[in-house]
Amino acid sequence: MSAAIEVDAISKKFRLYREKPSSLKQRLLSGHLRAEDFWALREVSFAVESGTSTGLIGHNGSGKTTLLKCIAGILRPTEGTIRYGGRVAALLELGAGFHPELTGRENVYLNAAFLGLSRKQTDAVYDDIVGFAEIEDFMDNQVKFFSSGMLVRLGFAVAVHVEPDILLIDEVLAVGDESFQKRCLDKIRSFQADGRTIVLVTHALDTVVAVCDRAVMLEHGVVHMQGTPMDVVAELRHRLLRDDPDFVAEEGTREVEIRDVTILPGGEPGQRLHPGEDLVIEVDLLAHEPVPDVDAAFAVVSAHTNEVVLVGRTSDMGSTLGPIEGSRRMRFRVPATDWVGGKYFVSVGLEAPGGSPYHIQTQRYSFEVVEAERLPVPLVVDARFELEDP
Amino acid sequence: MLGAIWSVLNPIVFLAVFTFVVKILGNETPHYAVFLLSGLLAWNLFSVALGNGTRSVIDNGNLVKKVSFPREVLPLAVVGVALFDFLLQSCVLLIFMVVTGYGFHLEALILYPLSFVTLVVFTTALVFWVSAVNVRYRDVQHLIGLALLVWFWMTPIVYPGGLVQDKLTAPTAPFTPHLWTVYLLNPLTPIISGFQRALYYTVTAPPTLGTPHPVRVLPDVSIAWLAGVIGLVLAGSLVLLYLAWRLFFRLSGDFAEEL
Repeated sequence: MSAAIEVDAISKKFRLYREKPSSLKQRLLSGHLRAEDFWALREVSFAVESGTSTGLIGHNGSGKTTLLKCIAGILRPTEGTIRYGGRVAALLELGAGFHPELTGRENVYLNAAFLGLSRKQTDAVYDDIVGFAEIEDFMDNQVKFFSSGMLVRLGFAVAVHVEPDILLIDEVLAVGDESFQKRCLDKIRSFQADGRTIVLVTHALDTVVAVCDRAVMLEHGVVHMQGTPMDVVAELRHRLLRDDPDFVAEEGTREVEIRDVTILPGGEPGQRLHPGEDLVIEVDLLAHEPVPDVDAAFAVVSAHTNEVVLVGRTSDMGSTLGPIEGSRRMRFRVPATDWVGGKYFVSVGLEAPGGSPYHIQTQRYSFEVVEAERLPVPLVVDARFELEDP
Repeated sequence: MLGAIWSVLNPIVFLAVFTFVVKILGNETPHYAVFLLSGLLAWNLFSVALGNGTRSVIDNGNLVKKVSFPREVLPLAVVGVALFDFLLQSCVLLIFMVVTGYGFHLEALILYPLSFVTLVVFTTALVFWVSAVNVRYRDVQHLIGLALLVWFWMTPIVYPGGLVQDKLTAPTAPFTPHLWTVYLLNPLTPIISGFQRALYYTVTAPPTLGTPHPVRVLPDVSIAWLAGVIGLVLAGSLVLLYLAWRLFFRLSGDFAEEL
């Protein structure tokens, strides 16, 4: 496979002026210019294999849109180069590339021309474009009278019908009703089936997992992580949680302290839990002073959905730990259950029964569930039936 | 279609107004319409392209910010539109000259393509330059408006260049003949004079019944000399075009941020 896009160590510097002179007059009157350099991207490198789909994700302001604009050729990187293995079409913003004074029809030709199509080639796909966008009746109206949904539909319709080798999409599909979003996804899938390349910037992380083959996470303008969408999305979700002002990583009086937690999938050291294995969470704790009783608890959070999937508490299991003095080791044993594949985070807490927390560590530990091979055999379940007179 | 009418209407109205004004003030230039239009059409090409070209990038800011396309298309399109207008207006002038039986002088017509190419190169170079600079310094467009006003009156378009030559090279004129040399430094003077010489041709009109003395119209220079000067302007314009093109490309990388 060859690379459709090769981003080689690109950096993008913006100059932030305190007071940017927007006229020659101001420029001449204000002598020294005070400007600060802001690096929106630093040494970003990654490659998109031909025929694959990559999701670019990150916080707001992490540089993903700047990166996409560089790839689209709208911004010129300050340093580094980008190589392409085909024709690029970009779908950046609502109504981007549309001229408000022109009619829908004229704008289709204008946009197709931007994407490198001749008038004749556009004639050939014009009906398909209008059909996909479902705005036949409005094509001779000026675009400034279009609703935002109509603009997005038309923009997307043009971009996918000019048959680019590489399609760049930035967060536009969020507009439009569900049926259109579904058709967009269908179109994207048929696009993928044709062996075309897609780069997608979005905050809809589920879309990245559902659509992309790879994901790249940016943070403060550098590539923080790249890998499978599942892993990268999990990492971003975790980061987002950490940045939440309500999120407290650790709290408690520390009279009894969590020294260490080891996740033991199947009772063995490791990171990957296979189907049918028990999950063992081993907690080393240290009581600085003897305490009469400790209630221990754990929670397992799916990194993918960010929801708590499992909780356990010693007091609910029949007893608490009892008096603790010095260092002790305890284990939770979670029997095998129907795990969904993916990454999980583990929170652990110690507290006085019915009292204040000694020590709580939120989502500090993690493990991964290896998805069970789906057997092509129908499952025989323990179903029941009833028979009664109508 | 409507656009074509507007484009042809402009020189006609201009002609009507100037003929009227000049009639009141007294005008000795024979066939003033041909004289005026032969220079004015070239000036229109220049001023319309420069005026619109200055704003060409910022007027299309929404495209520049969101769509990738060769940025040089924007100023080039403005020059193209001005060229199209020039073509239409020239057709009107040509028809006028044929209908009124105004003669053509083949030996001077050689100046026409030379002047035309020089004008287009010079105009394109300036349009590239100001359209790029105007993105950062928005008042360049006001400056251009002022410059065009001064430039128009510094160039022999509505008044005969020959008269200027006579005044500035007269033995009693101050600094004679250096002011005439300074006047010729305006690159549009040789270009416009080239158009006028090619179409209007007359340097000195012979006495007629109405005006019993010869009338100076165009500068008294040989066609070869004029061609040489226009050639120099062309060479300079080509260098300017190269520099403006490079400047445009250097600045165009930042257009999307500046807008």
